[in-house]
Amino acid sequence: MPEITYPDAGAASADPSTRFYVREHHPEHGTLLGFWLYLMSDCLVFACLFATYAVLGRNYAGGPTGAELFDLPLVAVNTALLLLSSITYGFAMLEMQKGKLRPVLIWLAITGLLGAGFLGLELYEFAHLIGEGAGPQRSGFLTAFFALVGTHGLHVCFGIIWLVTLMFQLGKHGLTPENGRRLMCLSMFWHFLDVIWIGVFTFVYLMGVLP
Amino acid sequence: MTSLLARRGLRLLIPFLPVLLLSACNTVVMKPSGDIAAQQANLIVVSTVLMLLIIVPVIALIILFAWRYRKNNTAATYTPDWDHSTRLELVIWGAPLLIVIALGLITWISTHVLDPYRPLQRLDAARPISMDTKPMIVEVVALDWKWLFIYPEQGIATVNELVAPIDVPIRFKITASTVMNSFFIPALAGQIYAMPGMQTTLNAVINKPGIYEGFSANYSGAGFTDMRFKFHGKDQAGFDAWVKSVKAGTVAGASASPAAGALDRGVYLELEKPSEREAVRRYSSVAGDLYNAILNRCVVPGTPCMNETMAADAHANHHPGADTKATVPAGSAPDEIRTTPSTSVRKSPHAPI
Amino acid sequence: MPQFDLTKLLFGRLSWESIPFHDPILLGTFAMVALGGAGMIGALTYFGQWGGLWRNWITSIDHKKIGIMYMILGLVMLMRGFADALMMRAQQAMAFGDNAGFLPPHHYDQIFTAHGVIMIFFVAMPLVTGLMNYVVPLQIGARDVAFPFLNNFSFWMTAFGGGLTMVSLFIGEFARTGWLAYPPLSGILASPDVGVDYYIWSLQIAGVGTLLSGVNLLATIVKMRAPGMSLMKMPIFTWTALCTNVLIVAAFPVLTAVLGMLSMDRMLGTHFFTNDMGGNAMMYVNLIWIWGHPEVYILILPAFGIFSEVVATFCSKRLFGYTSMVYATVVITILSYLVWLHHFFTMGSGASVNSFFGITTMIISIPTGAKIFNWLFTMYRGRIRFELPMMWTIAFMITFVIGGMTGVLLAVPAADFVLHNSLFLIAHFHNVIIGGVLFGLFAGINFWFPKAFGYKLDDFWGKCSFWFWVVGFYLAFMPLYVLGLMGVTRRVSRFEDPSLQIWFIVAAFGAFLVLLGIASMLMQFYVSYRNRDALRDVTGDPWGGRTLEWSTSSPPPDYNFAFTPRVYDNDSWADMKASGYQRPRSGFMAIHMPKNTGAGFVIAALSALVGFALVWQIWLIAGLGMIAMIAAVIVHTFNYKRDYYISADEVTRTEDSRTRLLDAHA
Repeated sequence: MPEITYPDAGAASADPSTRFYVREHHPEHGTLLGFWLYLMSDCLVFACLFATYAVLGRNYAGGPTGAELFDLPLVAVNTALLLLSSITYGFAMLEMQKGKLRPVLIWLAITGLLGAGFLGLELYEFAHLIGEGAGPQRSGFLTAFFALVGTHGLHVCFGIIWLVTLMFQLGKHGLTPENGRRLMCLSMFWHFLDVIWIGVFTFVYLMGVLP
Repeated sequence: MTSLLARRGLRLLIPFLPVLLLSACNTVVMKPSGDIAAQQANLIVVSTVLMLLIIVPVIALIILFAWRYRKNNTAATYTPDWDHSTRLELVIWGAPLLIVIALGLITWISTHVLDPYRPLQRLDAARPISMDTKPMIVEVVALDWKWLFIYPEQGIATVNELVAPIDVPIRFKITASTVMNSFFIPALAGQIYAMPGMQTTLNAVINKPGIYEGFSANYSGAGFTDMRFKFHGKDQAGFDAWVKSVKAGTVAGASASPAAGALDRGVYLELEKPSEREAVRRYSSVAGDLYNAILNRCVVPGTPCMNETMAADAHANHHPGADTKATVPAGSAPDEIRTTPSTSVRKSPHAPI
Repeated sequence: MPQFDLTKLLFGRLSWESIPFHDPILLGTFAMVALGGAGMIGALTYFGQWGGLWRNWITSIDHKKIGIMYMILGLVMLMRGFADALMMRAQQAMAFGDNAGFLPPHHYDQIFTAHGVIMIFFVAMPLVTGLMNYVVPLQIGARDVAFPFLNNFSFWMTAFGGGLTMVSLFIGEFARTGWLAYPPLSGILASPDVGVDYYIWSLQIAGVGTLLSGVNLLATIVKMRAPGMSLMKMPIFTWTALCTNVLIVAAFPVLTAVLGMLSMDRMLGTHFFTNDMGGNAMMYVNLIWIWGHPEVYILILPAFGIFSEVVATFCSKRLFGYTSMVYATVVITILSYLVWLHHFFTMGSGASVNSFFGITTMIISIPTGAKIFNWLFTMYRGRIRFELPMMWTIAFMITFVIGGMTGVLLAVPAADFVLHNSLFLIAHFHNVIIGGVLFGLFAGINFWFPKAFGYKLDDFWGKCSFWFWVVGFYLAFMPLYVLGLMGVTRRVSRFEDPSLQIWFIVAAFGAFLVLLGIASMLMQFYVSYRNRDALRDVTGDPWGGRTLEWSTSSPPPDYNFAFTPRVYDNDSWADMKASGYQRPRSGFMAIHMPKNTGAGFVIAALSALVGFALVWQIWLIAGLGMIAMIAAVIVHTFNYKRDYYISADEVTRTEDSRTRLLDAHA
C-alpha cells in the first residue's frame, strides 16, 4: 500500500491547495508485476513454437517419426528431475520466508543440480538423435521439435546461470528485500519453465508416441 | 485568419476529388473484360457508396464545426463542460454498426460467390451456366522470372503468353517453382498466390476478345518487374487456330518466335533456371506428367514426390513404429490430399522414376 | 594438424568486396555521413562536451531525456527513410519505355525494403515510444517509469538496431525482400547474401528494446499513478499508452519467435519455411502478420491519444464521451488480434475463413469511427484555437477517414483480390500511417515541445511545414489510388505503359512538396532555438492544458514533482486550476532518485556487435560477444547501489527559482 502522509495541520491546512498533493509518496514496487509481464511475453514465444510444432509436427519428410525416436523412459526421468527441482525451489522460498539464509542456499544448490541434470540428459538425447541422422535439418517435424525443446532447454540454462549468480549475491548481501524480490522472480521463471515442460511432455512426447 | 486559410486550402483540394473519381472510373479494375472481375468492380462501387453514406457527412461536419466553433466566432454557443449524451452515443455506435452489418452480409455472400475455387455459375450477368460445366484447364507455373502455361487438354505449352477462348469457363491450376508469386490478370479476375509445392485454383471467364495484361502481384526477386505476359482472349475459331499452329510449330503474328519443340523434363529444367525478360516461347507438345512432377517437386529423376512423401508420412502416423520407408500401396491413399482448407497437392496416378 | 583459416575466423564472410566502392550513390552518401559525423565529433571535442554527453544523455535513466533521445532517433531516421522514398518516386516517375531510370532492380529492391523497415521500426516506433516515455509519467504524477535502467537499455537496443541497418548501407547490402521478408524469397536459397541477415538481427535487437519498453510502461501505468487517479480518471493519452503497451507485450514476442525461426532456416539449414522436407512458408506469413497487425495499432493508438488531448485542450472543453473513448480503445486492442488474415486474403484460405476475417476487420471500424465522432463532438460548442497541434488534428480527421474507408474496402475479400499488393494498397496504408500516425506525432511534437524544452516552436515555419506536408501528401498518394485501379502493382521499378507516367509525375511532385515540409520542420526547430527567449514558456502551461504534465515547469525538474499530486477528477490539472490551486512554495523534502548508468549502453553495443558478427558469420566474435553480454548483465546485477537522494536544499533551490520566474511574469 502506498504510504501517504498528509500535510501537517496548522498553518498549511488553511490553504485548500494542500488537498492537491501529498508530501511523501512511495509508489509500490513494480518488479514482480514487470517480471510477470515479461514472463507472459516469453510464454507467447513458446506459444508460437507450439503452434509451429502443431503445423509441422507430422511432416516427417519420409524420415523418422516421434514414435521411432522418442525414448519415453529417458524423458520420464528428465521430467522427474525438472519437477523435483521445482519442489526444491519451493523449499528454498519457504526457508527464505523464515529468513534462514543457509538452508535457502542449500535448496538453491540442489535445484541447480537437478536443473543441470535435466540439461545434461537433454543434451545427451539431442546428441543421440543427431548421431542417428535425426537432427533439426532432417524434416519439418524435427525442426519444430528441436526448436521447441531446445528453446526450453536454453531457458533452463539461463535459469541456472541466474541461480548461481543469485547464490553469490545472497552470499554477499544476505536476505535483503532486494534479494527477496530477485528470488521471487527466479521462482516465477523456474515454475514457468516447469509448466512449459508439462506442455512439451504432453504434446510432443506423449502424443508423438502413443497412438 | 488561420481558419480562413484552412477553408481556402480545403476548397483547393476538393475539386481535385472529382478529377480523381472520373479517372478512376475508366480503369481496368473498374471496367474489366471478364465476368468475375466485373462482379468485383460492382462490389467496389457498392461498398464505397455504402461507406460514403457515413464519410461524406463526417467530413462535412468536421469542416462545419471547425468553422463555426472557431474561437473568434463568439456568436456560437460555448458549453465547456458538456461531454456526454447517451442518445448521441447510440447514434455514434449505431450508425456505423448498421453499415457494417450491411457490408458484412455483402462480404459473406460475395466472398463465397466470388471464391476463386468455386466453379463458375455464369458466363456473365445474362448467361448462367451449370456448375458442372467442364471448364478448360490451364496449368500455371510461376518461375524465376517468367510464366509457364501448360494446356493439358490441348497438349501444348507456352512461356509468357496465355491464350483462351472467350465465353468458356477456365480453371487455372497454379503453382510456383521457387518463391511465392501471385497470378493476376486484372481484366479477367482477382489474383491468387502461386506457391511452390502447393496448388491454388482460379475459376474465371473472359467475355471480350482482346489482349490483356498479366503479371505477378507478389514481389519475387530480381526479375519481378519484367515478369509480365499478355493474355489473349480469342473467339473459339481463333483459339482453335492458334492451338493448331502451336502444335504445328508455326505461329503467325509479330511476336512469333521459332517453336521451341517439346516440353519434357530436360527442357523444363533448363527453363526453370533463373532468367529475366524471357521472350514468348511455344512448345508443340508437353509431357503428360510434367505439371504433377513440378507441383510435387520431383522433376529431377530420382527425387521423391511430395505427395508420396506426405502419403507415407500420413501412413506412418496411423501406424506408428511401422516401417515408414515402404512406399504406399497404390490406391490406398486418397486422390487429393488437402494440406490446408484450400490448397492441395494432387497425387499423381503413378510415381515417376 | 587441422588447417586454421585466420581470415575466416576473424572476418567470416566479410571481405573487401563487401564494401560498395563501385556505387556512386553509396559512396556519395558515405562521404556525407562521414563529413557530418566528423563535424559532430569535432564540435563535441572542441566544446569539450564528451563528458556531458556521456553523463547527461547516454547514461541517463531519466524518462524525459530518454524520450527526447527517442524523438531525435526517429527524426534522424525519417531523413533516411524519406530519402529512400524520394529515390523511389523519382525512379518510378522516369522509368518508362527505353528509360530504365537510375536505379537497377538490385538497388531499387533494397531501397523499398529499407524504406518500409526504417519507417516502421526506426521512425514510427521510436517517435511513438519517445512521446509515451516523455509524457506518461508526467501525466500520472510519477517521477519516472517503473524500471528506469531498463528504459535506458531499451532505448539503446532500438538505437543500435537502427545503427545495424544503417551499417548495411556501407558494408554489404540490405535485404531485397520487402519489409516483411516472406520466405521462400528470404530463405537461404533465394537470398544467400547478408541482406536478410542484417534485417533479422536489426529487428531482433530493436524488438527486444521495444518489448522491454512495453513491460516498463505497463508496470508504470499500473503501479505508479498518483493517489486518487483510478483507471477511469487517467488522461486519455495514458489510456491509449496502456493499451498500446499491452499490444507491444502481446505482439513482439511473436516477431522474436518468427525471425528466430527464419534465422535458424538460414544459418542452420532447418525446415520451418522451406519448400521441401516438411517446411511451410505459409506459416511465416501467418506468424508475421499476427505480429504485424497489432503493430499498426501500436502505432495508431498513441496518435489517437494525442488527438484526444489536443482536441480537448484547444477547444477548451472536456473530451466528449471519455468513457466510450476508453471502451473504444480497449475494444480496438482486443479486436486487433482477430484480423491478421486480411493481409493475405489472396493466399487461398477459402471463402469462410476469408469472410470471417473480413467481417472482424470491418467491426474494428466501429470503435474507430466512434472516436472520430467523439472528437467531432468535442469540437461542437467548443472554442477552437487553431494552433498547430489543432491544425494537424483537423488534417488528420479528414485524411484518416478517407484512409479508413479504403481500408474497409480492402477488407472485402473479393474486392481485395483485385486490389491486393497494388498501388491502391500502398495508397491506403500511407493514407492511414501518414494521415494518422505521422500527423499525430507532429501534433504531439508541437504540443509537448514547450514542455520538454522550455520554449514554443516557431509558428510560421510550423505552418509552412503543415501545408507542404498536407498538400504534398494528397498529391503524392491520391494518384496511387488511381494507379492501383489501373492495375499497377507494387515494388515495380520500370513500366511499359506510357499512360501511367503522368500519375507518377504528380506523385513525385507531391513527394517533393513533402521534402519541403520536412525542410520547413527542420527550419522550425532551428529558428525556434535561435528565438527561444522570445518563445519562452514561463508558466509551464502555454496552451491552457488540462492534464498534470502542465502543472510542472517547462522543462520539468529531474524529479518532475516536488510533491506527488493528488487527483480527484479527469483533466486533473484543469480541475486544480478551477479550484484555485496554489503551488506550494516551501516545506520541500529530499527526493529518492535512480542513478545514471552506462550498463545499458554497453550491453546494447555488445548486442549490436554480436548481431554484426552473426550477419557476417564471424563465429568467434559472435561467441565472445555473447559471453561478454552475459558477463556485462551479471556485473550489472551485482550493482546494488543504484539510487541517490536529491537533498531537500537542492529541491528548495529548484522550486524557488521557479517561484521567482512565475512571480516575475505574473
